[in-house]
Amino acid sequence: MALPTYATTGQKVGYYSFLTYCGLVFFFLIAPIFIILPLSFSASPFFEFTREFMNFEPEAWSLRWYRQMVGISSIGDTTVVTDKWMLGTRNSFFVGIVATLLATALGTVAALGLSRPHMPFKAVLMAILISPMIVPLIITAAGMFFFYSKIGLTHSYLGLILAHTALGTPFVVITVTATLTGFDTNLIRASQSLGADTIRTFFKIIMPLILPGVISGGLFAFITSFDEVVVVMFIGSVEQITIPKQMWAGLRQETSPVILCMATCLVALSIALLTTVEMLRRRSERLRGIKQR
Amino acid sequence: MNQTQTSTGPILTTDGIPLKVSLKKAERINKIRAFLLVLPLLAFILITFLVPIGDMLSRSVDDRQINTVFPKTFEVYQKWDRQGLPSEEVYKTMFFEVKNSEGYNIGKASTRMNYSKSGWKSLLKKSKRKFKKIEEGPYKEQMIAIDKKWGDIEYWKALGQMVDPTTMGYYLNAVDLKYDSNKEIVQQKENRRIYNKTWIKTFKVSLLVTLFCLLLGYPISYLLATLPMKYSNLLMICVLLPFWTSLLVRTVAWMVMLQQKGVLNNLLVMSNLLADENRFQLMYNQTAVVIVMTQILLPFMVLPLYSVMKTISPTYMRAALNLGASPIHAFYKIYMPNSVPGVSAGCLLVFIIAIGYYITPELVGGKDGQMVGNWIAYHLKTTLNWGLCASLGAILLAMMTVLYWAYNKIVGIENIKLG
Repeated sequence: MALPTYATTGQKVGYYSFLTYCGLVFFFLIAPIFIILPLSFSASPFFEFTREFMNFEPEAWSLRWYRQMVGISSIGDTTVVTDKWMLGTRNSFFVGIVATLLATALGTVAALGLSRPHMPFKAVLMAILISPMIVPLIITAAGMFFFYSKIGLTHSYLGLILAHTALGTPFVVITVTATLTGFDTNLIRASQSLGADTIRTFFKIIMPLILPGVISGGLFAFITSFDEVVVVMFIGSVEQITIPKQMWAGLRQETSPVILCMATCLVALSIALLTTVEMLRRRSERLRGIKQR
Repeated sequence: MNQTQTSTGPILTTDGIPLKVSLKKAERINKIRAFLLVLPLLAFILITFLVPIGDMLSRSVDDRQINTVFPKTFEVYQKWDRQGLPSEEVYKTMFFEVKNSEGYNIGKASTRMNYSKSGWKSLLKKSKRKFKKIEEGPYKEQMIAIDKKWGDIEYWKALGQMVDPTTMGYYLNAVDLKYDSNKEIVQQKENRRIYNKTWIKTFKVSLLVTLFCLLLGYPISYLLATLPMKYSNLLMICVLLPFWTSLLVRTVAWMVMLQQKGVLNNLLVMSNLLADENRFQLMYNQTAVVIVMTQILLPFMVLPLYSVMKTISPTYMRAALNLGASPIHAFYKIYMPNSVPGVSAGCLLVFIIAIGYYITPELVGGKDGQMVGNWIAYHLKTTLNWGLCASLGAILLAMMTVLYWAYNKIVGIENIKLG
């Protein structure tokens, strides 16, 4: 959308004020995320931009919080090793990866079923399978807290993994069903008529075509698990520290700037994931022959 | 050509079965196959997600616990006419059941009894201790001598609310009502009416957030949809990056922005617009919740709006302008009606997510910004009044279901777009 050459002054004013407004909205969306990046390098123990920091005085900038994050912190001359952030990172990756693998496997198979033309009760099933994404986390957490403690799944990694898998599957179902719309079923028939069995057809024909959707669904499931704090808080024990749980504790109790360092790392991670998903989406569109305008 | 077509009977396949039957059979096999593919996930969601939710719902009406502690008392209690004090028999059964049950069970039961009438908890605690000394009857006078609450008919009447194995009491509590001692529904005392205010506040915050998301999201979606692809893809990253960034990280970022020594206040002070001593209190109130939630939920508004606006052909607007409409008129008459599906999808989605929010109000809301989600967490973790927790959750869930159903009708659940 550009302004034609014959635009009146009024139209020009309107157009540029519209652009300014949009610019401000984009700024509102993006600025808070990037404000924490410089602050994580501050030596100050509070979340604030000190004058020294703004004047780039070397002593106001430091990596001490990053050092503390990876487990090295020094009080006076003695080096203290605090491992909780690294423990949280390990736990987050462990739970996240296992939950993602489970969610991807279950979700992909279900999406294949849902996309079949003969699927009975499709709408109802879809609504049920998507519901973990819609129900507020606090309700999910309450329900899981009651039920999982009955069957002894609270305070265990298994319980946490199952919970996160359930929360992640809707994303896989949605992305894979989206990839499957417009899937040419003749390809399956062709493969079968050439003598391939169902399994071979799946891995040789269907899988390569839907792979972009599967991977982006998996990444969504991963980030869901990686971000999730409410359920962890209620069904996890002290042992099951994850990054978000540690951040939450940090915010409620100590407000240590280590949180900002971890936040910076998480922003970097989300940029990486976003880039991957965007590239996959374009590849998938190219594969399916959807042209970009 | 085909043999079977010459005969007058139904069309047959080569093995002599009518085609209709054969087709039906094939279709059934296909249906079963499709269903079998969905089955593992369905079973998984059922066990790990739906059953827990059901468990929570059952807790919101469950009132059996106290009946298992005082089964005999409730049996004889039923015979009481509720006029004068209960008979010696009721006192006697109560006495033995308090004396002989485990302290843990008494504790749990007394917590429940305290919801009906406060005072029961301390009464039972005291009685449990002192009953040990009493060896023989009559028990009525001795019990009243221990604590005169035993002689107060209101306490006995309050027990009547707990006779049934199910109760609506928690639901009443969740909307600031309660049973009085005669099991009539009455309003809570003035100073205990907190939940109706919370419900209204939750709706207000969610509506405001939806409104602001629309006001901020509509123009940028329009810009994204009308710009050439190479620019819009770049700007789209501004929308998608927050979407992919951890919720906690974004809330932390806002805490950095809004706190007393935060970025916004610092900027104002540094530019001499504000004196250092009267910095604004931007955090720990309802305004902060609305601001932060708007930023966090904005992508959920922009994505559905964008995907609808993308389908509106630019020729429509050109045609309207060509026919002499002013740009504003053309926008109002042509573009807006075409974008309504996106608006309704975005608004519903944002409202659905906002109404159950917990993390952000907890961190930036302070006392004034607490929503229903926070009360659920509070009762779950702090007061352990799980019945009330479950009933608040159930009401919230019912609202969500209605909204979810509306979303499904209007937008279609399979049209949710992620990125």
